[in-house]
Amino acid sequence: MRRPLFVAISAIVIAIIAIAVYVGRHRFLPSSHTSEPAADAIQSRVQDTLLTDLDGRQFRPSDYRGKVLLVNFWAAWCAPCAEEIPQFVALQNKYRDQGLQIVGVSVEDIESELRAFCTRNHVNYPVVPGNQTIADSFGGVLGLPTTILIGRDGAIYKKYPGATDFSILEQDFRPLLAAAH
Amino acid sequence: MRRGKRVRYNRCPNHPSLSQRKLGVIHIVKQHPSILKPSHLVLLLWTLILATTAFTAVAQTAEGPAKNWAPGSPELIQPDDLVKAMKGPQKPTVLYVGPKAFYQQAHVPGAEYIGATARPEGLEQLRTRSASIKHDAPVVIYCGCCPWDHCPNIRPAYDELHKMGFTNLKVLYLPGTFGTSWADKGLPVEKGQ
Repeated sequence: MRRPLFVAISAIVIAIIAIAVYVGRHRFLPSSHTSEPAADAIQSRVQDTLLTDLDGRQFRPSDYRGKVLLVNFWAAWCAPCAEEIPQFVALQNKYRDQGLQIVGVSVEDIESELRAFCTRNHVNYPVVPGNQTIADSFGGVLGLPTTILIGRDGAIYKKYPGATDFSILEQDFRPLLAAAH
Repeated sequence: MRRGKRVRYNRCPNHPSLSQRKLGVIHIVKQHPSILKPSHLVLLLWTLILATTAFTAVAQTAEGPAKNWAPGSPELIQPDDLVKAMKGPQKPTVLYVGPKAFYQQAHVPGAEYIGATARPEGLEQLRTRSASIKHDAPVVIYCGCCPWDHCPNIRPAYDELHKMGFTNLKVLYLPGTFGTSWADKGLPVEKGQ
């Protein structure tokens, strides 16, 4: 094939494939979430909620007062939730020294499967088998995934129901990390 | 496409001022269609096939293995229509086939808890409960644990009831979750067991 035409057709081939992949991803992948203001009334309940992680360690969100807390409700059986975990692990690594603490609350996972999932994905933050009481104390969680952003002062800043847009999440918590304790 | 006189299109004979670099594919197609060969069409065809394959692969990866119904499918009932049906003379039996933690927080009024039908025990519970329902009675199943395309419970529940012979079976369409597609819209809920 002669060179100019070959170059032109090659460019068209690459462009068509790129457009197909782009359209495919943006048509079928959830791309954004909505948020809702959290009620002040639930904040004290959140802080006092007793959580027990997979290692049996008990703690309350108030133990992390002074840190920015991300509470992620998820489940290993929930495909979009499971896909997000490596990104939460990366966030924990990236922002740990700046005061970010992530807590995972799993919903109705079989414990052995949950442990295996966490080991396989090198989960580097506490994971708590959840229940209705925990969900209620966070103001209700009626679907997965749901992530809640809590500031250094213990105030709930935002609730993210549905698939997490990590660029927005990061954009939201970075000013909270920058705030003085 | 017919094969024409061989033309060196790195230097266009009719437009000698155009250098090789300036010769574009549009110029060739418009001014000298005879240059195009069947092999070019074959290449274009392969491109389309490859692009379609890539598009399908990406879409399938994003959707996950469970294929739930597209909006507007006859198997589905919309939230508002279910609310109306629940007030009508022939109320449907509403079965919830998702995780208990969500049901306890909020569920469709009158809905019965079955459990997650992605698991064998949930399916068994569904079989047990539905054994006492007439096969032509209106039945609605719903979950709303995760975004619609990813719900692992709704398809197994539907398939099981369909296999059992239920003829008036509908699936409540919740594109987001029960929270975002029902409760947040102000539709009625009940709490507790």
